[in-house]
Amino acid sequence: MKKIILISILVMLSSICLFYGCKKYVNGSGKYTASIQIKGSDTIVNLIQVWAENFVKQHPTYNISVTGGGSGTGFASLINKTCDITMSSRQIEDKEALLAKGNNVNPVEFKVGLDGLVVLVNKNNPVDRLTLGQLRDIFMAKITNWKDIGGIDLKIVILSRESNSGTHMFFKERVLRHNDKNSRDEFSVHSLMMSSSQAIYDEVLQNPNALGYVGMGFANSDVKVLSIAIDDKGKYIYPNTENVLNGSYPISRPLYLYTNGAPRDVIKMFIDYALSDEGQETVVKTDFVPIKK
Amino acid sequence: MQKVLDLIIEKIIFICAIASIIFVILIFSFLFKEGLSFFKNYEVSKFIGGHFWYPSSDPASFGILSLIVGSVLVTLGACAIAVPIGIMTALFISEIVPKGARDVLKSLVELMAAIPSVVIGFVGMITLVPLVKSIFSLPTGLTAFSGSIMLAFMAIPTIVTISEDAIRSVPRHYKQGALALGATKWQTLRRIVLKAAMPGIIAAVMLGISRVIGETMAVMMITGNAAHIPHSIFEPVRTMTATIAAEMGETVRSGMHYKSLFAIGLVLFLITFLINFIADLFLGKNKNT
Amino acid sequence: MIKLNPKLSQKFSYTLLCLAAIFAIVPVLLMVFIIIKNGASAISWEFLSSMPKDGMRGGGILPAIIGTLSIVSCAIIVTLPIGVCAAIYLNEYAKDNIFTRIIKLAIVNLAGVPSVVYGLFGLGIFVMFLKLGVSIIAGALTLSIMELPVIITTAKSALNSVPYYFREASLSLGVSRWQTIRYVVLPNAIPGILTGAILSIARISGETAPILFTAVAFYVPHLPHSIFDQVMALPYHLYIISTQIPNMPKDVIYGTALVLLMMVLTMSCVAIFARIYFRKRRKW
Repeated sequence: MKKIILISILVMLSSICLFYGCKKYVNGSGKYTASIQIKGSDTIVNLIQVWAENFVKQHPTYNISVTGGGSGTGFASLINKTCDITMSSRQIEDKEALLAKGNNVNPVEFKVGLDGLVVLVNKNNPVDRLTLGQLRDIFMAKITNWKDIGGIDLKIVILSRESNSGTHMFFKERVLRHNDKNSRDEFSVHSLMMSSSQAIYDEVLQNPNALGYVGMGFANSDVKVLSIAIDDKGKYIYPNTENVLNGSYPISRPLYLYTNGAPRDVIKMFIDYALSDEGQETVVKTDFVPIKK
Repeated sequence: MQKVLDLIIEKIIFICAIASIIFVILIFSFLFKEGLSFFKNYEVSKFIGGHFWYPSSDPASFGILSLIVGSVLVTLGACAIAVPIGIMTALFISEIVPKGARDVLKSLVELMAAIPSVVIGFVGMITLVPLVKSIFSLPTGLTAFSGSIMLAFMAIPTIVTISEDAIRSVPRHYKQGALALGATKWQTLRRIVLKAAMPGIIAAVMLGISRVIGETMAVMMITGNAAHIPHSIFEPVRTMTATIAAEMGETVRSGMHYKSLFAIGLVLFLITFLINFIADLFLGKNKNT
Repeated sequence: MIKLNPKLSQKFSYTLLCLAAIFAIVPVLLMVFIIIKNGASAISWEFLSSMPKDGMRGGGILPAIIGTLSIVSCAIIVTLPIGVCAAIYLNEYAKDNIFTRIIKLAIVNLAGVPSVVYGLFGLGIFVMFLKLGVSIIAGALTLSIMELPVIITTAKSALNSVPYYFREASLSLGVSRWQTIRYVVLPNAIPGILTGAILSIARISGETAPILFTAVAFYVPHLPHSIFDQVMALPYHLYIISTQIPNMPKDVIYGTALVLLMMVLTMSCVAIFARIYFRKRRKW
């Protein structure tokens, strides 16, 4: 009987020792001087994560935790004062700015990169270009079969992001509502709300009927990226770095960081790092478009 | 001195017992408070009966009918698979296999119950989803059906363990009586044992259902999350649990969207409360026989 | 209706039952096999003991392992004493009155609440109301409330299995009630309580939904320093690397799944073997 208790206490103690041993071994000796929280868009969470990783490598005494969830989530926690930096793939909304004011939060905006939203289809899909109007009709389920837009006779599977994702909001405003503030158009209820961009990519990869939109960072040569024209008279533009940077690709957007008030200390250091040459190189590496060449 | 110490310890023990009631009341009142303040601004009938879930649009629409249908459909699908298989497995383990193998099988079933739902979701996403898509030639494999299959594997251990207990607690003389009258083993099993164990088995099924309906990660990863009322089980659905998990992150505190998720939580809580209550009634009945 | 030969129908039914059991167990074994087969190549000492790098596509999963361990150990430290005390009350002190029934009903209902609802509750109470923030302690408290009914139930049945005449013998010697419990009942019930606790630990190690809003981060470059830090956790890490990160090497995902699975299964196995061992050695 006593033996059991003794053994369990020993196991607990040794695991605690192991725990702290590991900590020493990985962290060096110690305490960090400051800790910041970054929260927000799943689109750029991967970019921010790499930034955080490299930033901490240079400044090992700082701690940065990065959490995804969506741009709305990020703003919400900036307003609730539970994070220091919000990463967002859209600008703050009037509604959110108002809430922030009410909570004594003063959001300051930094543009840190650009992102083109690419429309993906499976490699075996013959369709390779669409107009914004066709895209809108597809996502509102007015066009439901690939044969209506030059494909084979198959039902279109529409993939969209969750409603709290900045990508979702941006696509809705840009493609479905054509930037018209009074429009009430919504994604068709038949669209699959995927919980992440990677999930959309994965589904498109193995499903020849699927069509979805993701940030440029998620596309690669295993899927087909469509060229998009503003209308049927316009030129079809392929989303690449150049076309996003010069603004000719119609579905692109800036990426932002927001802080509460002018950034100070570590927060300032981190944002400076993001805008530095090295930081912008990371932007390229994670397949976004840097704001500076 | 010893007496005072005893008294203090007994009081501490008593307080700990009350803690569980306090937690239930806390959870309930908390959900109720947040959910109720949602219903102040939004009609209950529009919430339960509304077809559209557009929580962040302007004006927002908070209809959870499609989410309820989604949850129910996935749950029914999972039950259709898990209930017969679960009960049959329980019969097999308790009455047919020899004693040595029985312990091994029971431990195996218990281990099955321990597999985390993210792992089940992950494996389902990579193996089952493409399979379902190609076998039924569907537009997508992310359907209620795939969700049901994976969830069935999470409900089976619960159903097997509890119904096995019920079957084994059937008094031995029932069986001996039937066998003495010349019934075959199977006849005894089907007509006597199964009937006597029925309340326990129903309780097992109820607890299985409650596990499935509350399951979150696996459904979020494999059911497609399309918030519409499906026409068949081969269409994507979105469940209540997945909605909460996907959208809660940290919606603006005290905003309508935030409260609406608590209202969904309240609905879920009430549903599982009811199911567990029924299961408990049946379990109590089983003990009396 | 054709009346089947009872012998034949028995044979037929037995085969059917056997098939059902195979159908229930084999797919799960297959699932485990798939994970082991694809994940084994990723497992190395470095994978288990270093920080993630290259946008989490390389390096190890140490912070996630440590995160899960710290959340779970905090949770069990909170829930075990409360749960065992509650079980002692219910089994040893409580009379069968309306009050006891309410407690029992409360426990049954706590056990049935979906884990995501616990997450909501934890977010509202611990993270926001008590201002603990998204932290180990908030997640641990959420998990401990979730696990409380399971601990109470298993501890209660362990206490219940101690024969009644043990207590009678002790009480008849003039020993007080608490001392009887302390020196006679508890020592005999400890193995049962411990196995129950280990099974609970295994179960909460794999939970994602309750810690989703209360404890975890997508990425933290350091290991946690205090219980008020945000951490990475294995189940959540598996969730994000399998759904969120582009071009994630598949073997890293399988490797993470394997580590999580092994952690949970090892603990469950230990509990199950311990139970068998103690049952054999039981003196009554």
